[in-house]
Amino acid sequence: MAAAETTTRTKTLQPLPQIVARTVERAPTGWLSWLTTTDHKRIGIMYLVSTFAFFLIGGAEALLMRVQLAVPENNLLDPSTYNALFTIHGTTMIFLFVVPIMAGFGNYVVPLMIGARDMAFPKLNALSFWLLTSGGLVFYASLFFNPVEVGWFAYAPLSTGAYSPNGGVDAWIFLIHLTGIGSLVGAINFYATIANMRAPGMGWGRLPLFVWTILIYSILLILALPVIAGAVTLLLTDRNFGTAFFDPSQGGDALLWQHLFWFFGHPEVYIMVLPAFGIISEVLPVFARKPIFGYKAIAAATVVIAFLGLLVWAHHMFATPSPDVLLAFFMISSFLISVPTGVKIFNWVATLWRGTIEFKTPLIFCIGFISLFVIGGITGVMLAVFPVDWQLTDTYFVVAHFHYVLVGGSVFAIFAGIYYWFPKITGRMMSEALGKFSFALMFIGFNATFLVQHSLGMEGMVRRVYEYPDIGSLAALNLVSTIGSFILGLGVLVTVVNVVRSVKKGTYAGPDPWKANTLEWFTESPPPVNNFDAVPRIRSVEPMKDIRRQVERQGALEPPHAAPAPEHSVTA
Amino acid sequence: MRSKDPQPRRAATLLCALLATLAALALLAVPASAGWLSPGAGPSGNAQKINTLYWIVLIISIPIFLGVEGALIYAMVKFRARKGAVAAQIRGNTRLEIGWTLGAAVIVVVLAVVTFAFLPAIRNPPPSGPEGLDLRRAGLTGEPVVEGGVGRQPPVPEDGQALNIDVNGQQYVWRYTYPDNDENDLNNVFAYEQMVVPTDTTVVLSIRAQDVAHSWWIPALGGKFDAIPGYTNYTWYNVSEPGVWGGRCAELCGRNHANMVASVRAVTPPEFQRWYTNKRREIAQANEAAARQRQQVESGTPAPGA
Ligand code: HEM
Repeated sequence: MAAAETTTRTKTLQPLPQIVARTVERAPTGWLSWLTTTDHKRIGIMYLVSTFAFFLIGGAEALLMRVQLAVPENNLLDPSTYNALFTIHGTTMIFLFVVPIMAGFGNYVVPLMIGARDMAFPKLNALSFWLLTSGGLVFYASLFFNPVEVGWFAYAPLSTGAYSPNGGVDAWIFLIHLTGIGSLVGAINFYATIANMRAPGMGWGRLPLFVWTILIYSILLILALPVIAGAVTLLLTDRNFGTAFFDPSQGGDALLWQHLFWFFGHPEVYIMVLPAFGIISEVLPVFARKPIFGYKAIAAATVVIAFLGLLVWAHHMFATPSPDVLLAFFMISSFLISVPTGVKIFNWVATLWRGTIEFKTPLIFCIGFISLFVIGGITGVMLAVFPVDWQLTDTYFVVAHFHYVLVGGSVFAIFAGIYYWFPKITGRMMSEALGKFSFALMFIGFNATFLVQHSLGMEGMVRRVYEYPDIGSLAALNLVSTIGSFILGLGVLVTVVNVVRSVKKGTYAGPDPWKANTLEWFTESPPPVNNFDAVPRIRSVEPMKDIRRQVERQGALEPPHAAPAPEHSVTA
Repeated sequence: MRSKDPQPRRAATLLCALLATLAALALLAVPASAGWLSPGAGPSGNAQKINTLYWIVLIISIPIFLGVEGALIYAMVKFRARKGAVAAQIRGNTRLEIGWTLGAAVIVVVLAVVTFAFLPAIRNPPPSGPEGLDLRRAGLTGEPVVEGGVGRQPPVPEDGQALNIDVNGQQYVWRYTYPDNDENDLNNVFAYEQMVVPTDTTVVLSIRAQDVAHSWWIPALGGKFDAIPGYTNYTWYNVSEPGVWGGRCAELCGRNHANMVASVRAVTPPEFQRWYTNKRREIAQANEAAARQRQQVESGTPAPGA
């Protein structure tokens, strides 16, 4: 603490920019310029827009399922359509929305946050995006033939040729491969960028926490993706070339698939939620007007979560015929992961403590995130107690649990990120009134949809069923859930309207509308093609605070982004 | 952070009181087991133990939930930006970090200890009760009918006596095979969908699948156990009173997954014996009839009624 204090009070009064652009390119225009761009900001925007479109498609699928489940013994949808819907919904939300939208934020924000000109490999970056898009297209094209019906974890032997002969599973495998290679290449790119292209003075201890989480996200992707790529390749050869890795009648092993899938699948969950943590860690201190509480603890917790996240996969398999020692190991490792996660939550609350909180939309979404994520975390610990899991797994309790984590957690953080960085990306502010209205609808709708699902699970409703009998209070709770999902959907639409409206009509944001802490607010909004004309030397985790303080001290009247004058750039 | 003015201290006492009341209320709710707050349990020891374990975990988590949400709400109200308010520029507090890390670790250790304390009673079947079926007299001491399959060891009650029923998941029905004392596995009593068991008798299920993965689940009688082709899974129950308990397949197994239902009907031992002898006779008769028919077909004489 003391060390950080002295570095910010450095004696140098003049900013010392280190990197200077010699020419400023003009931003190209026209649709072809988007197809061929290698600019991280444009690629970032394309990521954000296309993944959000997938979110809306996945949301429409979810609402269709909720309509089917609104009343008992409904026959609106037939079982194969319903099975296809939850499979496509789950796959879309994970592989085409949450994971890649984090890459979208990362693409746009990481180079700006670390004061870089672009990503380390701009062309690879474009490749990542186009692989993602083609994965999505291949997958959705299967809608016109035989969509996949085996659930997002595609358990063998149901997913093998004997039981799912049509091509839907193969289309799903291609989606995994295409988006997987895209993510892998992207992850390597992030890693290289963060490791090598940080602004002068930005040591690991001054890296913004969002960048920390993108770094760990990348490492997890690099570790986990090859495993799923191998697993789906085995499945592909089982289906098409006569191998029998997962077919017990020919000496294969059905449980092997589950181990391989979840060895990837659980790190995938942290891949979806760690960058969300990063967004929260950036937004909270800005609006509490306080430094983040426990920077080191939060960064360390990120690393520990990622490490433990690789060791908990079989908690998805507590009901399988596995020995008790294995179940006990995975129970304990799952318990352990709640410790660093709890540490993060405590630190966030402590960041708000004794601050002066400004209730702007990004902050409100962050608070929504914390309050909902706690619930998802607690139900997660309950599920880790494996005898309890025997009752609750594969029921709506689990559906509720992971939606609290993925929607209450990741999606609320994504919305915080959208409201927070929109002014930087477009140069305009979003409407606060619409933003708050959207939050209110989403928060109420979300809880109405998913809180009651815990009870549905405890009343014995299993997941992935297209109909249920009219016993107990299943009918009433399901109706509440369906109504809630439409309120939630409406809340999402309000934000869509807000975005569309604000792009053209929002008030001008200026470079730093929030008085934020990190370097992306140093440049104009939207940033020029070259990002920065000059990059200041970094002296703390909050470079913008330092710069503002410095400008104040110099008594300069100019706005902060104009402060560093090129004359000082000679010092290296 | 640690300097305390009386205001927050009073709030803290209030919060603690609130938490204590809530915990007490939750404890009172335990007997009202089934329903919206817990998975509930029928009249079988394993399900009841799981339910108790669930309640303990829930009660431990309630103060954590209230603590975090309470602190969040308190911070939002107390520390919102006001004129003249200055944000405290605190960057952290090592003692606090260590404190809550240890606190969380302690809770986790408690949870693990409680779970291990409950595990044996959930995993290991007790011997049948005095009112239960005398398996030796009934000739029902046979081993489970399991061909191959790896997995866990079958649980055996201390007295070594349990009714071993083989549960076989198939798209989209459950088949139950009862033991007998001969080597022939083709003449065993079997049933689909509804399993009939004697009360007060320990029943051990060996759970298998013959096509895709399924999951056996009767909520009132204990947890889910996956039926994975190539593996054998086990569970048990000991139903103390007659009744019928429903359940369904809990692992996606194809298009009719939603309709793959199961139920367990517990009846008194004498009634079970009647049911069982009846079934056995029917199967023997059917087997004889089939054998006769086969003979006739083989010897060329037309079957009666053909
Ligand atoms: C927008 C609101 C959402 C609603 C109303 C919703 C609703 C649903 C419903 C009804 C199911 C099917 C449950 C079943 O039949 O077992 C489902 C499954 C699922 N959802 Fe969502 N969902 C939403 C958002 C999300 C998001 C944002 C994610 C992920 C990041 C997500 C991930 C999943 C997954 C992984 C499954 C499991 C699919 C499977 O069983 O294979 N959902 N959701």
